[in-house]
Amino acid sequence: MSRVLVIAEHDGTRLNASTGKCVSCAAAIPGAEITVAVFAVNGAAVAAEAARLAGVARVVQVDRAENEHALAAVLAPQIAQLAASHTHVFGPSTTFGKDLMPRVAALIDAPQLSDIMAVDSATRFRRPTYAGNAIVTVEVDAGTKVVATVRTASFEAAATTGAAAIEKVAADATLPTHTRFVGIASARSDRPDLQSASRVVSGGRALGSADNFKLIYSLADRLGAAVGASRAAVDAGFAASDLQVGQTGKIIAPELYVAIGISGAIQHVTGIKDARTIVAINKDPEAPIFEVADIGLVGDLFTVVPELEKLLTA
Amino acid sequence: MKRILVGVKRVIDFNVRVKVKPDGSGIVTDGVKLSLNPFDEIALEEALRIKERGGADEVVVATIGPADCQQQLRTALAMGADRALHVVHEGTIEPLAGARVLLKLIDKEQPFLVILGKQAIDDDNNQTGQMLAALWQRPQATFASKVELTDSTARVTREVDAGLETLEVDLPAVVTADLRLNEPRYVKLPDIMKAKKKPLESLPFADLGVSAAARVKMVRTEPPAQRQKGIMVKDTQELIAALRKRGALQ
Ligand SMILES: Cc1cc2nc3c(=O)[nH]c(=O)nc-3n(C[C@H](O)[C@H](O)[C@H](O)COP(=O)(O)OP(=O)(O)OC[C@H]3O[C@@H](n4cnc5c(N)ncnc54)[C@H](O)[C@@H]3O)c2cc1C
Ligand SMILES: Nc1ncnc2c1ncn2[C@@H]1O[C@H](COP(=O)(O)O)[C@@H](O)[C@H]1O
Repeated sequence: MSRVLVIAEHDGTRLNASTGKCVSCAAAIPGAEITVAVFAVNGAAVAAEAARLAGVARVVQVDRAENEHALAAVLAPQIAQLAASHTHVFGPSTTFGKDLMPRVAALIDAPQLSDIMAVDSATRFRRPTYAGNAIVTVEVDAGTKVVATVRTASFEAAATTGAAAIEKVAADATLPTHTRFVGIASARSDRPDLQSASRVVSGGRALGSADNFKLIYSLADRLGAAVGASRAAVDAGFAASDLQVGQTGKIIAPELYVAIGISGAIQHVTGIKDARTIVAINKDPEAPIFEVADIGLVGDLFTVVPELEKLLTA
Repeated sequence: MKRILVGVKRVIDFNVRVKVKPDGSGIVTDGVKLSLNPFDEIALEEALRIKERGGADEVVVATIGPADCQQQLRTALAMGADRALHVVHEGTIEPLAGARVLLKLIDKEQPFLVILGKQAIDDDNNQTGQMLAALWQRPQATFASKVELTDSTARVTREVDAGLETLEVDLPAVVTADLRLNEPRYVKLPDIMKAKKKPLESLPFADLGVSAAARVKMVRTEPPAQRQKGIMVKDTQELIAALRKRGALQ
């Protein structure tokens, strides 16, 4: 039988939506028994949330003062202890999981599968390579412990109809002190979160300045959408780095994605391939973004975007 | 000797449109342009800048790869690395085995800092640096966009989903480079000539005592699902109508 350990992502008080997606991925393994592990200072609230995820058999809550900032070097030895009684250890393919899971894999001498997007069986999975241009089916021998990160855009979050038992577990692993949290600068806003928003409006290099990028914010507000950006727009300082969409930014799957002044480089497109509807606005009719767009409009964004906003207000 | 070790991998150039072989056995590699992994160029650039600021005495690049990837090591030497190590190995190597090899090179070179790319853009694994740090029992600071060194610590700004996180880690440590850490320099022709005389040491994989046995089998490679061909609209009114028709707008 498969016993899957899912590592919860949270901010100390709330469970991140990525955890529900990992649970769905784990549930796709036939007959899987799913445990969610919450590492926190006081994980009661997060554990209670995790216990409501449908399909979860058990939540283990590991409270330690050292767990305040989710440092990979600190969490990995604790996870390695729990991993002994599991066949699979899953974490989300967010920066949290990407940082943490390979450290776990090395500690328990297990291979890692990154970004799994589909489950064929307990030993066979599919994952993207080459910026999503080649999908590889990978397999391990039965009995090989598997560590994996789950491509969150490929799975719907588990329903919240569950009622799993919560168990407090003491992890006595020796933890290193060589890694210390200093701070985090986040441009938190009351706008929808890019990773979970149902609509996203993104701007590219064509915006030309941080000031012009306000056009993107304004249209996004009109649509109740999150804001995204291409790498070129982030590099040029028009938008914050956590707004980057693509191979090295966020992989998202909104209902609606509007790409404005973005050429459609493969590294960008790989981040939006699972969007339900892609709209592209670009003045170059040859721009590759039109190859993936469901609706394309050739035009100058500086006239099209204000016009669009006006029509949406009317 | 204060030394920085940089891991570099040869990959298919990021501009190449990768094609899957019709028989599903892999991707088309014949005649395809190969380059240094872009993140590794950034890792190397950072190491060179640290050395140029007086923070290190020597920058050593290392690769695990087939005999003919020496060309990419020469590129790294031309960028400014002092020496190159080539662990000769044909065929793919899984990240954990790669990390074990790099650990052997750490034993040999005793660097105070190891910089890798955050991911190799062929397999998109994003694993090696974290695994190496775990095996070495040292700190990791992944997805770095800024690195500041003191004698005994590194203060690293990391690009994370929630914004920019700063960690302080004791040295030695492993740092993995994100895109905005720096912009790598261009290689100039005289540097290419000079690089030919720089030391490049070949180490047979078998001598390192690391198993190369694959634990993850590649069963099949397929192209991604294609999106349905879309429509073009001529103005914003048509655009809104088309969005309503798809149910994307009320
Ligand atoms: C290893 C690696 C990883 C990468 N990861 C990412 C990633 O995660 N995300 C990402 O986005 N990129 C990534 N890139 C970069 C990517 O290759 C492209 O360089 C980038 O996406 C280009 O951004 P852009 O489309 O905004 O700019 P450009 O390619 O310059 O496109 C600008 C577009 O705007 C159009 N335009 C100009 N003026 C107007 C106007 N007035 N009105 C309308 N349209 C106009 C132009 O026709 C053009 O198509 C990565 C690259 C590498 C090497
Ligand atoms: N064969 C290799 N030789 C040297 N360094 C490597 C090799 N493979 C991966 N690396 C390093 O590890 C980083 C992450 O690779 P990966 O875990 O494969 O995505 C790369 O950017 C390189 O710095």
